[in-house]
Amino acid sequence: MEMPKPNPAILAKRARIISRLREVLPFDAVIDDPHETRAYECDALTAYRCPPLAAVLPQSTAEVSEVLRICHEEGVPVVPRGSGTSLAGGALPTADSVILGVARLTAVLETDYDNRFIRVQTGRTNLSVTGAVEENDFFYAPDPSSQLACAIAGNIGMNSGGAHCLKYGVTTNNLLGVTMVMMDGTVVEIGGAHLDAGGLDLLGVICGSEGQLGVVTEATLRILRKPEGARPVLMGFDSNEVAGECVSAIIKAGVLPVAIEFMDRPCIEATEAFAKAGYPMCEALLIVEVEGSEAEIREQLDVILAIAKRHNPVELREAADSDQAARIWLGRKSAFGAMGQINDYMCLDGTIPVSSLPYVLRRIGEMSKEYGLGVANVFHAGDGNMHPLILFDANKPGDLELCEAFGADILKLCVEVGGCLTGEHGVGIEKRDLMLTQYSPSDLEAQLWVKDVFDPKWLLNPAKVFPLSVTETRRDQAA
Amino acid sequence: MLQPKSEAELADLLAAAQHPVAIRGGGTRPIGRAAAGEVLSTVALTGVTLYEPGALTLVAQAGTPVAEIEATLAAENQRLPFEPMDHRALLGTEGTPTIGGVVAGNVSGPRRIQAGAARDSLIGVRFVDGAGTVIKNGGRVMKNVTGYDLVKLMAGSYGTLGVLSEVSFKLLPEVEASACLILEGLDDARAIAALARALASPYEVTGAAHIPNRGGTSRSMIRLEGFSKSVAYRADALRALLADFAAVEVITDTATVRQIWKDQRDVTAFAGQSGDVWRISCKPSDGSGLAAKIKGDIIYDWGGGLIWAMVPEGYDLRASLGAFAGHATLIRASEGTRARIPTFHPEPAPLAALSEGLRRKFDPKGILNTGLMATAMPAA
Ligand SMILES: Cc1cc2nc3c(=O)[nH]c(=O)nc-3n(C[C@H](O)[C@H](O)[C@H](O)COP(=O)(O)OP(=O)(O)OC[C@H]3O[C@@H](n4cnc5c(N)ncnc54)[C@H](O)[C@@H]3O)c2cc1C
Repeated sequence: MEMPKPNPAILAKRARIISRLREVLPFDAVIDDPHETRAYECDALTAYRCPPLAAVLPQSTAEVSEVLRICHEEGVPVVPRGSGTSLAGGALPTADSVILGVARLTAVLETDYDNRFIRVQTGRTNLSVTGAVEENDFFYAPDPSSQLACAIAGNIGMNSGGAHCLKYGVTTNNLLGVTMVMMDGTVVEIGGAHLDAGGLDLLGVICGSEGQLGVVTEATLRILRKPEGARPVLMGFDSNEVAGECVSAIIKAGVLPVAIEFMDRPCIEATEAFAKAGYPMCEALLIVEVEGSEAEIREQLDVILAIAKRHNPVELREAADSDQAARIWLGRKSAFGAMGQINDYMCLDGTIPVSSLPYVLRRIGEMSKEYGLGVANVFHAGDGNMHPLILFDANKPGDLELCEAFGADILKLCVEVGGCLTGEHGVGIEKRDLMLTQYSPSDLEAQLWVKDVFDPKWLLNPAKVFPLSVTETRRDQAA
Repeated sequence: MLQPKSEAELADLLAAAQHPVAIRGGGTRPIGRAAAGEVLSTVALTGVTLYEPGALTLVAQAGTPVAEIEATLAAENQRLPFEPMDHRALLGTEGTPTIGGVVAGNVSGPRRIQAGAARDSLIGVRFVDGAGTVIKNGGRVMKNVTGYDLVKLMAGSYGTLGVLSEVSFKLLPEVEASACLILEGLDDARAIAALARALASPYEVTGAAHIPNRGGTSRSMIRLEGFSKSVAYRADALRALLADFAAVEVITDTATVRQIWKDQRDVTAFAGQSGDVWRISCKPSDGSGLAAKIKGDIIYDWGGGLIWAMVPEGYDLRASLGAFAGHATLIRASEGTRARIPTFHPEPAPLAALSEGLRRKFDPKGILNTGLMATAMPAA
């Protein structure tokens, strides 16, 4: 993955930029020691690394505004960063950029149960947002698997999803308002505790813009009352096709589970070896979870179990208590960790129409043989958001490149069947060069207009999302 | 009237256009001052292009009648989650509402509080910008973060950024049963507190409205939907939860419940009466305080977060409210009122500049519903 060459004019005035930043921030909030800037050299896409020119950790919206004003004046690119768990390289710096981390902005500013929202600073982690309202039986719905570490800032940057978004939607459906600092330092407030925009839906386009339109410092988030209970069932099938048909049949039957998760044989085998959750050895496994009171859970599960039985399951297991429920989820939750134990892997994130599931899984299996690289599938089946994990050996020369080529082919397949390159992880640098397989040049141009308007000098996270060749002239005018 | 029969024809037409056009779907939801120029109608762009019940997705051309879509979905026992309002009764208009108009106005209904607005169910758009370029964004899958979300930007842009040619939605199953809980005699503040308590319960309320006392007694209404046993269970639970507010009557007859919420959705109480109609979005607990400043009739929805106000003609409601967190839109008014009072809520300068900047990019010739969303009145 190519990154633009650092701008020598910026590198040459490094000392001045740092001293100007020190004028507006406490001493320890400007990190320029090369040993320390290395902590910011990558996100969770660790194959690509580059220490930034400096990293800053402002403690208030006002400080963020000062930093951006200076960088704007100096023409320095800025890469916003939450917790750096992006799997797409969204928070990867360039050598001539300043990392602006919001990790010190973690306060809860307001909780309001009557109006069902919480207002937080965006450095706060996803899980600790729920943590702040849990004692009152409320929760924040979007739940990426990385929720212990990832920040609301990055969730907004990537419009992140989670296992329960079939029912509750993704970040954009739960985001009511933001405080955002524009690249020139202007602070804007968009949305709030009320619903919908009065004018154009700017909030909608900011969410998922990967740090390219502004730095979000505060967010108003919808919170929900916890359901009375929840229960998963586990179903095993002897083919991916049948499991896929079962998913469709459940959806058509009028029940809306909160989650439908899918794992294939390679993934089941790896997780069993690692987590010993007691999963059946079969071709495909579904975890379906429903919520509500005891009677409501029963009613929904009866419908779901009846459908499952029509699909000749090799295993059908309903959690009898919370212990068993935890065991059913255990394997799914440790799937990524398990794969990491046995191999290096690359996690893809294409989304496909649910109806194409069997075909896509079969094609991935065939391609896996052609490329000679293993693939395990674990994903959110209810909404078609796939997560093929391609296994490779980072120490073997050429394996990463092979893996990337295989990944690109899978993503092209997703687009071919009517899906998209990324359902929740974002484009970053990882899928940047594939954008033209999904979008025409004019489709992309319309997206660039949005950036032109929000960040006319193209300084915010400029080397991401779009193919470098497409953005070259715009980025050059900044330099 | 211009009436392109295909997206390509629409694109040619806009590429060649030298003068403003007034974009129209079914013409049932006119808003703002009539845009200048020849009418450009989307009614010839019709048809459901893809419907996959097992994937909960539907794609349709922008001019497709909403009724056709609803009938198509009903046959598979599914529905649009956001319950789009039909404006005809309230505005006294005739014609056939189109799905493109629903998207252009981000039109939703009482279920907005639980299932989201049109923008939340919209997963893809195709449109033609003001220079005649065909642009697509999103697609037909439920989760998609590939590039910027122009889908949201188009929802509620009232044709000022482009003319929609095709829209895609995610859907929900139709419910087996519904019920409506009614509490009588509460004043506005108490009613909103009761609705808030219901909304903060785990009982998945999909409608929370209040109609203040207008000569009779006030009615607060809460809707439950789902499997029948579940609805019955939750109705009982809420009745107990709200007992200290008022006695709770539970209506379970499906046809009656449907009619109550259809009337609520379409604000039929204000149909056929004289007076301007405003729509205010606010923090729910601010609702009764704001309404108290308004000289006129009030209906609340969204647990107090949506206020419908019918006021004497020409009354400047925004001036009476003063500054507040939210926005007020003039939905029904005479030409005279429209000439004096901006339809859309004024935005802070930096946001207005962003919106203006986006319009210039998407509509470089300034021909798409020119000035429709302007929040300042043009100099006389
Ligand atoms: C093990 C693992 C599991 C994961 N599971 C999921 C999952 O289930 N679902 C899912 O959706 N994702 C998942 N992810 C991906 C990742 O966690 C999400 O993308 C997350 O939202 C990133 O948050 P972050 O705070 O770490 O952001 P970062 O990685 O720091 O940044 C992400 C993007 O947001 C931008 N950004 C950061 N802060 C701001 C700001 N203040 N203003 C504007 N833009 C900003 C950055 O520039 C970057 O483009 C997973 C990652 C890992 C490592």
